[in-house]
Amino acid sequence: MQNEKPSHLKELVETREFELNMGPQHPATHGVYRAILTLDGERIQKLNSVVGYLHRGIEKWAEYRTWQQATPIFDRLDYLSAVINCHGYVGAVEKLLQVEIPKKAEYMRVICDELQRIASHLLWFGTHALDIGAMSVLFYGVREREAIIDLFEAHFGQRLLYNAYPIGGVRLDFPKGWIQACRKFLNTFNSRIDEYEALLTENRIWKQRTIGVGVISKEDAIAYGLSGPTLRGSGVYFDVRKSIPYSAYPDFDFEIPLGKNGDVYDRYLCRIREMRQSVRIINQALDGMPEGELKGKVPKIIRSPQGEVYFTVEGSKGQLGFYIVSDGKDKPFRVHIKSPSFINLQGLDVMSKNQLIADMVAIIGSIDIVLGEVDR
Amino acid sequence: MIVKRPVLKWWERLYLPVVEDGLLTTFRHLFKKKVTVQYPEERWVPPEGFRGAPVLLTGLDGREKCTSCKLCMFICPPQAIRIVAGETEHPIEKYPQEFYIDYGLCIFCGYCQEVCPCEAIWLKHEFELADFDRTNLIFGKDKLLQMGRQEPYLKGKEKPLKKG
Repeated sequence: MQNEKPSHLKELVETREFELNMGPQHPATHGVYRAILTLDGERIQKLNSVVGYLHRGIEKWAEYRTWQQATPIFDRLDYLSAVINCHGYVGAVEKLLQVEIPKKAEYMRVICDELQRIASHLLWFGTHALDIGAMSVLFYGVREREAIIDLFEAHFGQRLLYNAYPIGGVRLDFPKGWIQACRKFLNTFNSRIDEYEALLTENRIWKQRTIGVGVISKEDAIAYGLSGPTLRGSGVYFDVRKSIPYSAYPDFDFEIPLGKNGDVYDRYLCRIREMRQSVRIINQALDGMPEGELKGKVPKIIRSPQGEVYFTVEGSKGQLGFYIVSDGKDKPFRVHIKSPSFINLQGLDVMSKNQLIADMVAIIGSIDIVLGEVDR
Repeated sequence: MIVKRPVLKWWERLYLPVVEDGLLTTFRHLFKKKVTVQYPEERWVPPEGFRGAPVLLTGLDGREKCTSCKLCMFICPPQAIRIVAGETEHPIEKYPQEFYIDYGLCIFCGYCQEVCPCEAIWLKHEFELADFDRTNLIFGKDKLLQMGRQEPYLKGKEKPLKKG
């Protein structure tokens, strides 16, 4: 162990642990997150997470709104992937009501979900690199994300919080020229990723900052309940799109990128590969888009049957689950959100053990937390 | 699919080629088309389906279309709309005596436009609503109707809406 003192010094020099507050206003924590670090020299011995600075009571708020009314608030969980959050909630309500969703609506949902996943990963790509010290990557990542947001704006009518899907399907068909614009974006996107990867993937400085940093083993990752690229970076084959298929995902042919060592670099590689797989899915969905209805049969005023339902989607950060209890009224009795960022944050203690303080920003960046989702 | 780790060649291990690569990419982007919109000088045109400020529309007879059924008030998730109903001599019988929208609360979800049976409320493309005072963000009926009249592409159209 590097941090152990030589034996002859142990009796002479008295050392003690040092507590350091990182956050809540630290730019690298991506929001108002506070970590209390217990340090031995420059190495982290223990990490205590303090969350709750951004608590807005979303779960409680939803209990006072009708089923449709509650939809827009879930956009505000993980505000960087609002479409997928909306899909999670709406899908759970549809499962409760047992609504049949038309095939076309499912395909359109998959297209928008995957675009949103790319957008979310692009922003992670930029900010993660910025944390470690590569400035220009942020500009490129945000530029590509802007193209996706423009597409969403033309379709949903908003730029960040879309209120994307109504219960039962989708609101409107893609506007005129949207599919061509989407294809144009996808055609250039793969070569753009190549360009940005040239900046980082084989960069010596990048590799020195990420390889062997923030390692979490396969067993630990499963034990802590991690999900998403944070889990797959450790080499566990678990993706909700494959393992618990929902929507139209069984129709498409795509692969799940897996890491091997579970360090920051593997998680980085997984996310980059995931973006390429998302492009594959969207291309297939655009090719095989069926004709038909946009919305299933849903009454205007929804009165749900009594019961409980759990529905998960693969969010951009991991497995996003909605557990809904209904007592047969027009409002949900309880909505519980299994948010991936909150659970992935648990693994931070294991990842940062015996790491340098300087590597903390790299590790936090690599698990890609959004504090809106952690605190809810 | 297990991701492959690229192995570095000996010349890549040196410090300089890496820096050179990065600088070259940045340098190449200098001559590409700029994507930034210089906002106050350069105006950005929202697409057709954009959801901006909700306004009240006027019918062809010059009266407000709203019949104060209060559906928008009930559906509004942040409860930003307040209506006080009144009665008139007109065959429609009801009209909104007072109609307030608090733009400080509005989340531009478009539900009010979706539920309105008379197509009286509509989200126009206006998005510059910032103010220094919160009380200024509560818009009354007169102001909302005036904003609705300003829309050039709504003039003479009985049904301007795309309904979800």
